Amino acid sequence: MSVIIILLIASLFIALLFLAAFVRSVRNGQFEDDYSPPRRILFDDEALPAIDPDKNPTNQ
Amino acid sequence: MVFQLLDHSGLCTYYRLNDHPGINRRIGVRKDKFAFLDDPKVAAGLIAFQNDTETHVQFYAPQIHCSSCLYLLEQLHRLDPGIISSRVDFAAKQVRLIFDPRRTSLRAAAELLTSIGYEPHISLRDWDAPRSKPSSGLLFQLGIAGFCFANSMLISFPEYLGLDLSEPSIQRVFRYLNFLVSLPVVLYCARPFYASAWKGLRHRFLNIDAPIVLAIGVTFVRSVWEVFSGQGSGYFDSMSGIVFLMLAGRVLQDRTYRNLSFDRDYRSYFPVAVTVLVRNETTGEDGETIKTMADIRTGDTLRIYSGELIPADGILTRGKALIDYSFVTGESLPVDKQMGELLYAGGRQTGAAIEMLVVREVAQSYLTQLWNRKDKNDRTSKTEGDFSFVHPLSRYFTYIVLAVAAAAAFYWSTHDPARVWNSVTAVLIVACPCALFLSSTFTNGNLLRILGRNHFYLRNAETIERVAVSNHIVFDKTGTLTEAGRQELFYTGDELTPKQQASVAILAAQSHHPLSKTLSRHLNAGRMNAGRSPEVQHFQEIPGKGVEGIISHERIALGSLAFLTGESKDKGKGTRIYVAIDRKLLGFYSTSNRYREGLPDLACKVKKYATLSVLSGDNAREEDQVQELLGRDTVLLFDQTPVGKSRYIQHLQRIGKKVMMIGDGLNDAGALQQSDIGIALTEDSNNFTPASDAILRADGLGRLPDFIRLCRAGKRIILASFILSIVYNLVGLAFAVSGALSPLVAAILMPSSSLTILLVTYGSSNGVARWLRL
Repeated sequence: MSVIIILLIASLFIALLFLAAFVRSVRNGQFEDDYSPPRRILFDDEALPAIDPDKNPTNQ
Repeated sequence: MVFQLLDHSGLCTYYRLNDHPGINRRIGVRKDKFAFLDDPKVAAGLIAFQNDTETHVQFYAPQIHCSSCLYLLEQLHRLDPGIISSRVDFAAKQVRLIFDPRRTSLRAAAELLTSIGYEPHISLRDWDAPRSKPSSGLLFQLGIAGFCFANSMLISFPEYLGLDLSEPSIQRVFRYLNFLVSLPVVLYCARPFYASAWKGLRHRFLNIDAPIVLAIGVTFVRSVWEVFSGQGSGYFDSMSGIVFLMLAGRVLQDRTYRNLSFDRDYRSYFPVAVTVLVRNETTGEDGETIKTMADIRTGDTLRIYSGELIPADGILTRGKALIDYSFVTGESLPVDKQMGELLYAGGRQTGAAIEMLVVREVAQSYLTQLWNRKDKNDRTSKTEGDFSFVHPLSRYFTYIVLAVAAAAAFYWSTHDPARVWNSVTAVLIVACPCALFLSSTFTNGNLLRILGRNHFYLRNAETIERVAVSNHIVFDKTGTLTEAGRQELFYTGDELTPKQQASVAILAAQSHHPLSKTLSRHLNAGRMNAGRSPEVQHFQEIPGKGVEGIISHERIALGSLAFLTGESKDKGKGTRIYVAIDRKLLGFYSTSNRYREGLPDLACKVKKYATLSVLSGDNAREEDQVQELLGRDTVLLFDQTPVGKSRYIQHLQRIGKKVMMIGDGLNDAGALQQSDIGIALTEDSNNFTPASDAILRADGLGRLPDFIRLCRAGKRIILASFILSIVYNLVGLAFAVSGALSPLVAAILMPSSSLTILLVTYGSSNGVARWLRL
């Protein structure tokens, strides 16, 4: 029956891993904004057109 | 213009993402508006992090509203190569920028945002505390409590099933592990309850958290004693479970409100810096510099541009001031001020740029004093839990539990002293008010969520109870009963021919006075394609009096009675624009505010719960109209100062009324604080509102009676579920005493009773909401 103690420690350890993952996700701010990330992933990365340095867009 | 900019940088995806991206830019922005960001001192207050190659800054841009905004704002580096990256926090409507200070500047970044339509809102408050981050402590606590609860259940299970009796050593290991797992719960997760209970005790007040802390403490001590003396396994699992559920309730409540700010003071409205004129001693010319608000001293000359807020009390020294004080006084029309007159802080200049000499510093201005006065009142009028219905209940509850425990202790000390300890702890554990607490947090949390869905945001759960008990409702008029910025004109007098009306409209369009603008808008409504308009000849405008000119051979004059006829006294009520054609007085336009729709219905429904009054900073010209809308029994008071409003509320409270105040402007701030529940009305939930207990979006005003009914129902739900849980506990206790309850059944009953209460509160509050169609 003493094998149950090893099992218990193993299960606690796995649970601790999940807790650590949760703490990390809170730290990263994953629970702060639930609107932008799911949309951000949908934006395609397009090829950047070269920006003409003579016509700085901020001057318009 | 925005399109060209985007097209140029290949960002047209912006237009493909949504059907109607962007909002029209309504107001042009002055060229040097962000010049103050060049000042190193101002910039230092806003920048979160800076080194030679990177500067981190966060802007609040209230215009963010859709996924296109998100796309555009995160592509800023394509518009300005100096920007390294930009991230949007959609919920907080913030843009976090990282830029290279060698290639671009803070000012350039702000101007870039403005040029694509996201003008950052930079207020004095950001400047004072730009780095405050929302605390995620509660989430950690919830996570850890969940972890401990689940593992503690797992570890306790063999004990309940009686599997380990054969091997005492394994049993001991399980019990010690259970103890270890419960330590973080007691030492860390339950902290919010300790803090709240301690706060209550310091104010000599037993709040709901006090018996909870007592129960947690007693359960823990007793369990520790049982485990270490080898007598039993303790109640670590139940204790962790309760803490977990209660924390879950709190987190739920908090999340609804993350991005609403209820505690605002004047600093949220004020700009960070203003333009100051400095006389160059050698040349004698005036030059502009930028000063932060804190550096403004008496004697400085400020230049206020159109649309800017007057930050300090001062005397007008140059230009013609047309100040919109609606924010401070509730007066709906801008006020003309001549040179030499005193300007109070808080007004917004609507005309051209003016100059003013500061006579009182920002900290001593009239406006600031208004806020400070209210701060003092705040502490006395709203001590914690004055109104709460759970709190007095919990106080009695605590006393009763303590009395029962004492009685049990007394009884056993005379009969069988060995059982004192057991019986006392048993009473305290069984009588834990978790049920009461759970039912109130979950009912209130759910109500807050339902109300939030209807754009009625309450500051906290106690506010629900205050809404439920309020029996007098005070409305502000301007901006609350009337629609902000909408005015209607009525014509009285000899009928004007369409041609005459057109002429009047053309003449009015020539003037920049707000009344003329309203008039020309009113007359031009539905007549957009009028073709070529005749020219105005001999146009002249006499400031503060009126305008005249000749249009298609008719001499038309608009303005005050004194201007048109020379008669000095205008006996009419309110603001009137008289019309004369060829020197013959034909009639007048009178202005009137546009009232929100459905007011009579609202008044009629709300009167079932409360009496009504209306306070207005405006004059009494619309008295009859308001009286008709809200019914004869409504008290109307006009010409109220901000201080007068809050006195009136004090007076109501003294005669025993629980006052709900609904207002919108800064002029109501004092009254909102003084009242038992202050509701700030706003056209858009991200607008700035005065400090209040609740924020209501203007289009939800008509639902107010339903909100009140829901809050009242909430009180009954809490009471019902509380009684239910007491019955539950009593039955359980009876079984336990008679010894008929096996540990396994008890272990199942304990969490299932909590779960039943959650389902009952959740289900019934949703049911009521559906019935009210909320």
